[in-house]
Amino acid sequence: MSWLDVCSKDDLQPNSGVCALVEDQQVAIFYMSESDTIYAINNYDPFGKVHVLSRGLIGDLNGEPMVSSPLYKQHFSLKTGQCFEDESVQVPAYGVRIENGRVQINLAGVK
Amino acid sequence: MSNKQIMVVIGNGMVGHNFLVSLMASDIKENYNVVTFCEESLPAYDRVHLSEYFAGKSADDLSLVELGFFENNGITVHIGDKANSIDRVAKTVVSVKGVVINYDKLVLATGSMAFVPPIPGHDRDQCIAYRTIDDLDEMKVAATKSKVGVVVGGGLLGLEAAKALQDLDLETHVVQFAPRLMEAQLDDGGAHLLKQKIEDLGVNVLTSKNTTQIVDGDTYKHKMVFADGSELETDVILYSAGIRPRYELATECGLDIGARGGVAINDQCLSSDPDIYAIGECASWRDQLFGLVAPGYAMARTVVAHLAGEEAAFTGADMSTKLKLNGVDVASIGDAHGKTANALIYTYQNGVDGIYKRLVVSQDNTQLLGAVLVGDASGYLTLSQYYANNIELPENPDSLILPSRSDESVGLGPDALPASAQICSCYDVSKDDVCTAIEAGCTTIGALKDETQAATGCGGCAALLKAVLDCELEKAGMEVNTDICEHFAYTRQDLYSLVMVEKIKTFGELIKAHGSGQGCEICRQTVGSILASYWNEYILKDEHVGVQDTNDTFLANMQKDGTYSVVPRMTGGEVTPQGLIAIGEIAKKYGLYTKVTGGQRVDLFGARVDQLPLIWQALINAGFESGHAYGKSLRTVKSCVGSTWCRFGIDDSVGLAVELENRYKGLRAPHKIKFAVSGCTRECAEAQSKDIGVIAVAGGWNLYVCGNGGMKPRHGDLFATNLDKKTLIKYIDRVLTFYVQTADRMQRTSVWMENMEGGLDYLKSVVINDKLDICDRLESQMQHVVDSYQCEWKTTIENESKLKRFRHFINSDKHDENIVFVEERGQIRPANSEEREHLLAEKV
Repeated sequence: MSWLDVCSKDDLQPNSGVCALVEDQQVAIFYMSESDTIYAINNYDPFGKVHVLSRGLIGDLNGEPMVSSPLYKQHFSLKTGQCFEDESVQVPAYGVRIENGRVQINLAGVK
Repeated sequence: MSNKQIMVVIGNGMVGHNFLVSLMASDIKENYNVVTFCEESLPAYDRVHLSEYFAGKSADDLSLVELGFFENNGITVHIGDKANSIDRVAKTVVSVKGVVINYDKLVLATGSMAFVPPIPGHDRDQCIAYRTIDDLDEMKVAATKSKVGVVVGGGLLGLEAAKALQDLDLETHVVQFAPRLMEAQLDDGGAHLLKQKIEDLGVNVLTSKNTTQIVDGDTYKHKMVFADGSELETDVILYSAGIRPRYELATECGLDIGARGGVAINDQCLSSDPDIYAIGECASWRDQLFGLVAPGYAMARTVVAHLAGEEAAFTGADMSTKLKLNGVDVASIGDAHGKTANALIYTYQNGVDGIYKRLVVSQDNTQLLGAVLVGDASGYLTLSQYYANNIELPENPDSLILPSRSDESVGLGPDALPASAQICSCYDVSKDDVCTAIEAGCTTIGALKDETQAATGCGGCAALLKAVLDCELEKAGMEVNTDICEHFAYTRQDLYSLVMVEKIKTFGELIKAHGSGQGCEICRQTVGSILASYWNEYILKDEHVGVQDTNDTFLANMQKDGTYSVVPRMTGGEVTPQGLIAIGEIAKKYGLYTKVTGGQRVDLFGARVDQLPLIWQALINAGFESGHAYGKSLRTVKSCVGSTWCRFGIDDSVGLAVELENRYKGLRAPHKIKFAVSGCTRECAEAQSKDIGVIAVAGGWNLYVCGNGGMKPRHGDLFATNLDKKTLIKYIDRVLTFYVQTADRMQRTSVWMENMEGGLDYLKSVVINDKLDICDRLESQMQHVVDSYQCEWKTTIENESKLKRFRHFINSDKHDENIVFVEERGQIRPANSEEREHLLAEKV
């Protein structure tokens, strides 16, 4: 799998998320501006069963970066997609990087 | 046929009804078919707070009967019918209307009647006993054609009645036979100060006046002639000169009668007939009569326990009282007059602040026998605990009434109370009951109230309840962690103060200076809300986007399918035909589901995120602005149509609602805020179920605060009456800003009030009397919010860079194809998962 060009870094919302369409996949991309870190996981909320995770609030719990579902507030790790509240639930996490001011996603997974 | 026994309860006053409630809450309720007679036209109501009928409370407000109580418990109630005779041999009760009931057990709760002095002219027109709601209605009518009113009797009820006369705008006099007011409870010093304070309120007090006759007046309707030769003219006379037990039924059927009247009862509240009990003011226990409600409730509990075969005894009652008479604190405990042999007296008198305190202690200086407090009753709780539980007094008992000049507290720590100490006298909740509930996990005042009922009656014990809670939690090593989350070791109130004092404007600054980590949805949202409340900047500024909840981020309400709903503001529920047509056309164009909300506006559902700016552009063009339905902020000010159209309206409720909504729109708070304004006490706008409720009355506007509908309904507290609009707005400014500053996150005003130490009285002292000296700041803070209002949608529409986020994909104009609707009753609704699968499969 290769790195796919998605959007400009300027399109990202500092300390929040946006959703990108990457080869039919909905990818939620989060940008923590303080640490200049970018994360990407699937946009699908497995509890609410709709594609909204990019619209959740982000932050960290015990040091682990997370997004909180905008619907029912479950937390998902931004690094692995693992749900904090339910061990059996995980959403796909993707590779993401910045090349020349462009955001690139690797659907094969976290590098 | 059931083998249930028949229980007849004669009288549905406060005590009779309390008995029914206690019985229905007990395990033995299944043993009885209950029948009750209620002579008055209304079932049980709160006679203690009768005067509030004139301060805007309705008969419904005063009612003690929960909706459906009689029906749900299978109790037969004969309203407006009175038991006329008892046949103890046949065991029957016959009513005035001819109903005959065979009883197995009989409870007499016939109460008492107002004592009317048998002087010539006592029964002239407009001479009214002050006892029932019917009496009050008669008073109301009389007051419309009167200028002057006199209350005969200067006891508790008499002074309450004087307030009622003042509320009816009559020149008010109190005529007292005894040489002092409240002669049963107060000593000379206390009564003297009380008289001064009552007179300061504009009531003329005459003591040692023996009325000899009432004749035609020269200027007013009546002339009262006194034994000392003086005279007083008036239009209305209210009798409140004490009460007399009603026991004629008992006399006629041959039951034993007490020496001072009343049905003689033993410790189990049984009369001389083993199947007949008597409780409340009609009962005489060891030749004592009890004219307070708490002993009556204790008797009711005793009877239920006795019927259940438990050991129970009524052992007399503490006649201690604490009340606020027209704003004057008065309290009396035990032997207030110091009649006990060799009692020692301590007195503290402060003429400057108008405070009088007196302690009566035992000869050896170790036990409290009684106390009188006037002007400052803050020591009542501590003193009544010393008294009721025979706790040994401190070395210098006068330290309990001397003003504290240092930080040293002289209060009795809750730890010193024995387990049996009664915390709440209304519901007989002991310290032990409270501790058990705390152990079971009730660690907030709200939860404790729910579980034990403590502090839900008169509320006087709320501070003590809180003290016990704090003390027990501390002892259990359960340090109450009030940190808002792992990123900030502060409460919401702390964070608000930090923002205010250090003039912090962004979440980034705050977490850098006072927190750790990246934050989470809890602290981000909380701080976002605080910043918006305090600074009222545009919430989608770059530095604020990351701290908004998803609803605020997209200025719309996310629904279960990921679409949004849109609510334009309709101030006061008012909308023009053109406005309605515009909304209809916009909804039609975008295929939205429309529904009228409980807050009197229209909600449009099913908008995709990319449609929001288009919809809002159209709404703004049609003259609408954001309704803030997405924010923890002011939502709506609901109103009835008011005096403009309504035949019954007293004032223009819609006009005021529009003005209030325009003033407070955009105000962000710890939770959503709802208002309502009713144009008369019929209350069609349901203002008493709102955070802020306003009701028009003849004298202006009555303000209710901290009501709630929803999951846990709470009637708003009557905060102030007969306000002009300027004062009304001033009070609302202060209450709301104080709420915004001090509430916990996601705490509605109702819960905020339930958990407030000192409750309603405290809030009044802050807002009305400016106890904390902050009212100027509260008002200017609100003015800042009012002056900096903006329609967030208008700002957003005009800002190209902000619109970038209003699309599903940052890199594509496609929509989320998983959002699909089906039709129901002529409108769209989200497809359920089965339908969605089916529809998506068709698409492919």
